[in-house]
Amino acid sequence: MASAAPLDDAVVRRIARLARIRLGDEEVSRLRGELGAILGWIEQLNEVDVSGVDPLASVGQATLAMRADVVTDGDQTEAVLANAPARAGTFYTVPKVVE
Amino acid sequence: MTDTLDFTIAGARNALRAKTISARELTEAHLAAIEALEPSLNAFITVTPETALAAADAADGALARGEGGPLAGIPLAIKDLFCTNGIRTTAGSRILEPFVPPYESTVTRQLLRDGAVFLGKANLDEFAMGSSTTTSAFGPTINPWQRQGSNTQLVPGGSSGGSAAAVASGMALGSTGTDTGGSIRQPASFCGIVGMKPTYGRCSRFGVVAFASSLDQPGPFARTVEDAAILLGSMAGHDPRDSTSMDWPVPDYAAACRRGVKGLRIGVPREYHADGMPAEIERLWQQGLDWLRDAGAEIVDVSLPHTKYGLATYYIVAPAECSSNLARYDGVRFGLRVPAQDLTDLYEETRAAGFGAEVRRRILIGTYVLSAGYYDAYYLKAQKVRALILKDFTDVFGQVDALLTPTAPSAAFGVGENMDDPVKMYLNDVFTVPASIAGVPGISVPAGLDGDGLPLGLQVIGKHFDEETVFAVGQALESAAGFSAKPQIRVGSLR
Repeated sequence: MASAAPLDDAVVRRIARLARIRLGDEEVSRLRGELGAILGWIEQLNEVDVSGVDPLASVGQATLAMRADVVTDGDQTEAVLANAPARAGTFYTVPKVVE
Repeated sequence: MTDTLDFTIAGARNALRAKTISARELTEAHLAAIEALEPSLNAFITVTPETALAAADAADGALARGEGGPLAGIPLAIKDLFCTNGIRTTAGSRILEPFVPPYESTVTRQLLRDGAVFLGKANLDEFAMGSSTTTSAFGPTINPWQRQGSNTQLVPGGSSGGSAAAVASGMALGSTGTDTGGSIRQPASFCGIVGMKPTYGRCSRFGVVAFASSLDQPGPFARTVEDAAILLGSMAGHDPRDSTSMDWPVPDYAAACRRGVKGLRIGVPREYHADGMPAEIERLWQQGLDWLRDAGAEIVDVSLPHTKYGLATYYIVAPAECSSNLARYDGVRFGLRVPAQDLTDLYEETRAAGFGAEVRRRILIGTYVLSAGYYDAYYLKAQKVRALILKDFTDVFGQVDALLTPTAPSAAFGVGENMDDPVKMYLNDVFTVPASIAGVPGISVPAGLDGDGLPLGLQVIGKHFDEETVFAVGQALESAAGFSAKPQIRVGSLR
């Protein structure tokens, strides 16, 4: 494991930006400590020899089934939009993104 | 009324069919219990008396006609992670506080198909992330058990703490939970009831708010092993809307409880003798092995060499999947929206206001381990260790039919304890996480009390899709343990 460069505030801010979560300055420094401790603890995996081991993404045993290529659901516009925080007609609305 | 609330599901079914009680009476008694106990326990986020009574009346009608499914008139609590059509589903989070699903999860749809009565939506750690039900945006759930001579408030475990507390205190005959790393088994142990995590793929995840999709699995809570088996029989089965659910018949789990353990080989994984584990948990574990030996099982020492790496593997895989799953909460299509001038601000402000501290931490860890430059070092490495952990179980199940371990390294702890250090909280799941990583089934059965009078559970782990053996061993433990202690906070206690 690339022994992690110690987390600094810039890294915490960069991750938060990628995750689209706004953080205040105080939170950045608290999270730097908390995330650093968790990542440090995780580094114990360095002890494990994984040479020749294939990564395992899922333990599911089901094989993907084929089905007829037909429409099975739809025409649910009102149900889909029922929880919209803001809408106009049959559309979701967001702040203006093009000038 | 106390008698009514002491029913098992099996007993209530017989009483309903013999007409010694009506579904309405049974539901009214449980709604009254909720009203009396909720101020002390906070096990529910939403209680639904009207729909419960309507469902009870429908069950009475069906039973009068000699119809009615296997759960007709049985009052249940539903973890607020299962989408319920027309009933608010919050996942314990501010970000889903206003969310009313326009559809029903497959597991709850099957329970309704079989006649169950839903009393309400049970409290949980936010997005099922936690081991204490203290990260809920709707306040912590309190364990109905207390230490002898103390009224310190204890946690019910988590994440399905509301579901466990409701069943332990007599507010529901059974409940649903979900287990990603121990979220059914650990609260069952803390609350002195039975909790079963089935094999990954046994129950559909459709309509269950996703946390870590390769680990999440729904399962039941009940006060007896047989009751848990009855509930799983209704919950399990193939669903075309979850491609990871197996298209295999659902066995008669209740019948499997009566199989006995004669001739079974039960493994004792030596790596579960954790440093610092209380002596009374070690003793109870030994007692459990003696019970199974007396019932005709053979006890075999086995090794799961990668056990100690389970937690670290889990805390890479689960946050990685959570950071991806929770990307959908963007304030645009459903849930909370914090108004803003531009779209990025809208996303960032909504997610900052909507997610609690533990969820934010896990999203950030997940984002980090999946980000360019760290993916191979963390995520890929964890997936390789996951393969080794699965191989540990596959190897061991070539030698034995099931494993017996403690469920958790401690009894219930106080509200506010283990909060200072996230890693300390994560250690609660040390005995439950490996089975989740391997996708094998596990049950926690109450087996005894610690020195403070708090319940302790033992865990039975089985082979993939061999829930039947897990139930048989669980039943043998339950019969030998004769666990009959009751929590301090329950309806009878308020008289």
